[in-house]
Amino acid sequence: MSDESALLREPWIDFGRQREAGKFGIWVFLASETLFFGALLLTYTACRIEHPDAFAAAGRETNVWYGTINTAVLLTSSLTMAVAAQAAEEAARLRRLVLACLIITAMLGLAFIVIKGFEYKEDIDKHLVPGAGFALPQPGAQLFYGFYWLVTGVHAIHLSIGIGLVSRLIWVLYRRELPAKDNPEIEVTALYWHLVDIVWIFLYPLIYLPGRAS
Amino acid sequence: MTDALLAGELPLPQRPDYLRHGSTIRSWLATTDHKRIAILYAVTITIFFFMGGAAITAVRLELFQPNGWLLTSDTYNKLFSFHGIIMVWFFLVPSIPNTFGNFLLPLMIGAPDVAFPRLNLFSWYLTIAAGAFTVYALVAGGVDTGWTFYTPYSSMFSNTHVFAAAAGVFVVGFASIATGVNFIATTHMLRAPGMTWFRLPLFVWAIYATSLIMVLATPVLAISLLLVIAERVFGLPIFDPARGGDPILFQHLFWFYSHPAVYIMVLPAMGVVSEIIPCFARRRIFGYDFMVYAMLAIAGIGFFVWGHHMFVSGQSPLASLVFSFLSFIIAVPSAIKVFNWTASLYRGQISFDSPMLYALGFVGLFTTGGLSGLFLASIPVDIHVTDTYFVVAHFHYIMVGGSVSAFFAGLHFWWPKVTGRLYPESWAKFAAILMYAGFNMTFLPQFFAGYLGMPRRYHTYPAEFQIYNVMSSAGAAVLALAYLLPLGYLTWSLFYGGKAARNPWGATGLEWTTSSPPPPKNFDRQPRVDRAPYDYHAEGMSAGTDPPEMQNARETR
Ligand code: HEM
Ligand SMILES: [Cu+2]
Repeated sequence: MSDESALLREPWIDFGRQREAGKFGIWVFLASETLFFGALLLTYTACRIEHPDAFAAAGRETNVWYGTINTAVLLTSSLTMAVAAQAAEEAARLRRLVLACLIITAMLGLAFIVIKGFEYKEDIDKHLVPGAGFALPQPGAQLFYGFYWLVTGVHAIHLSIGIGLVSRLIWVLYRRELPAKDNPEIEVTALYWHLVDIVWIFLYPLIYLPGRAS
Repeated sequence: MTDALLAGELPLPQRPDYLRHGSTIRSWLATTDHKRIAILYAVTITIFFFMGGAAITAVRLELFQPNGWLLTSDTYNKLFSFHGIIMVWFFLVPSIPNTFGNFLLPLMIGAPDVAFPRLNLFSWYLTIAAGAFTVYALVAGGVDTGWTFYTPYSSMFSNTHVFAAAAGVFVVGFASIATGVNFIATTHMLRAPGMTWFRLPLFVWAIYATSLIMVLATPVLAISLLLVIAERVFGLPIFDPARGGDPILFQHLFWFYSHPAVYIMVLPAMGVVSEIIPCFARRRIFGYDFMVYAMLAIAGIGFFVWGHHMFVSGQSPLASLVFSFLSFIIAVPSAIKVFNWTASLYRGQISFDSPMLYALGFVGLFTTGGLSGLFLASIPVDIHVTDTYFVVAHFHYIMVGGSVSAFFAGLHFWWPKVTGRLYPESWAKFAAILMYAGFNMTFLPQFFAGYLGMPRRYHTYPAEFQIYNVMSSAGAAVLALAYLLPLGYLTWSLFYGGKAARNPWGATGLEWTTSSPPPPKNFDRQPRVDRAPYDYHAEGMSAGTDPPEMQNARETR
């Protein structure tokens, strides 16, 4: 019970209710985020239907290895995040497990960004940035890479925010400012992390696989 | 478990009230009290309103003469763009939701605050930051794209501060999403015992429906602006046809947000009016359930009509037909609302106090605007009047005649609750009538000018249109005066107005059961609700016996 009183916030009187509200709130926010990425992907789809060949050619220029490794990295981070959230719900003595999982999650997130950085470097070297001196001839290919930079950039920003949130959690839990047990912030952060992960699951085939099938 | 909340009672009387509870600047700027945040928003949007108003004053002066006597065409373009951008995103979208919504939503459902008070404050800071970007865009040299930022002009050709302005709108969008999330969670999670969904005041329903639109439509606006920014700043070719892009794509994305956004502006207005009409007609609102369903229907169908902004853009004729049809459909729930307000007035004991005058003004102007919207939804008529002053008149009737009148209606209705003061009623009535007259003087001539072919956004025009423009500009002067008057007498009332009682209008609704102004945590004890809203025939609420002025006098502490 003392844990709960440390976690109780205005204007709530009842901790269970507060938790529910936090979860509910983040779900509403995630619905909003879904439309954010949804609009982006819909635009991508419309353009791809208009320029199927150019998109296929451009897709073949992406480096599928970076993409695949990053998919694995991100999925693993989702696992550790889920373990952290579950452990926090189970018992107070699992605090160290929660902390360890959160730290691994943040590291994996960071690794994703670093790998993405290498990939960006390669793309720049291969002149895959739209504008003068672009490597491919078809106009639609520039469009593909326009989306590529935009979508992966927006995803990376979301992921960075996620890393920030997880790091903050590690900090407050480590300093015992807030208990880990039943801490709703872990749950809410986890939901956000999974969203970023799911968005990538959509991006991966859209970016790396066009033109590679058959 | 949840019953602990339901049964929980707050500590006994908290004095002083929320206004006097701390008076340092810090106590305001770091507050998490939804009522104080509402005041912060009110001050902010008032400033924006007058900035947008100043810009359009110059425009209207320019249009006095057919030949462009005052401004260069460049300045002219920047002024009307600034007017549109500020009025839509920094005044209309946040106006009623962020002021009255913030102030009243928790009070009306019997809650001590919104679900996420710190997020609430954060969203105000986002609004301020966004406003700073946009105002920077103005002082640094202006933007000439119009409030719609149409590509490829905005993304490739305009030589102005599009980035700063678009970034401002992008950020204020996030403020809007945060507010929406907060309000939805509050409505779901913090209702007092007995406050079932179908006992919610219609204003709460309106704010709830609005929040749904905010959460689901605004991200699409964010994307469309992001694409413009990406094309301008990083040269990504999204809208550039020469590199495979598609300029019409922007319009689809933009209007997918911006059509629902007109309901962000008008649904809250409908909510305000639905509170005021029953109170001053002393009758239960007619067809409560239908009012709720109509609002939800408007919020939902609003997502499927965006194409009526693009009849002339080259979209397929089939698409145009479908959008035209759907636009007629959405008129149905709007009409239901107007009929129900009218039916609520029928055989009511109507008293024409100032909030009621403003509210009736809303019904008249909204109806005119809505009917002209049906003209625009008919493809042949639309092709004739697209991009003329007919359109300008239409959306001003809805947004200014509708939303702004309702804003003033709400301001006068809840002013005693918010400030604890009464204002001079005769001045208020005078301003309400002046506003109605000035409004029609300004915008009615624009219907004619537009129908006869005067295009919008031009700063010169054939001399035959001068008569309409002179009428319109003269009306704008009257309207401006009508907007300034409340600033005067309401400010006066803060210092010299009589003290307001709990419930000066004899209204139903939880917000009237707490003191005026309310204490920091809203209620001295957790309220309980045991009846339907607008119960104007219940005991102690009988019609006619207590004219509101009498109650003012009697209940004054
Ligand atoms: C005294 C009151 C007002 C007058 C005289 C006025 C006048 C005008 C005029 C003449 C235009 C046309 C510019 C053009 O040619 O496109 C315009 C545009 C617009 N006004 Fe107002 N207006 C007033 C108040 C408002 C208010 C209160 C709002 C919103 C709250 C508003 C929102 C808009 C918008 C969104 C546009 C479109 C700008 C554009 O075309 O890009 N106006 N207004
Ligand atoms: Cu529309």
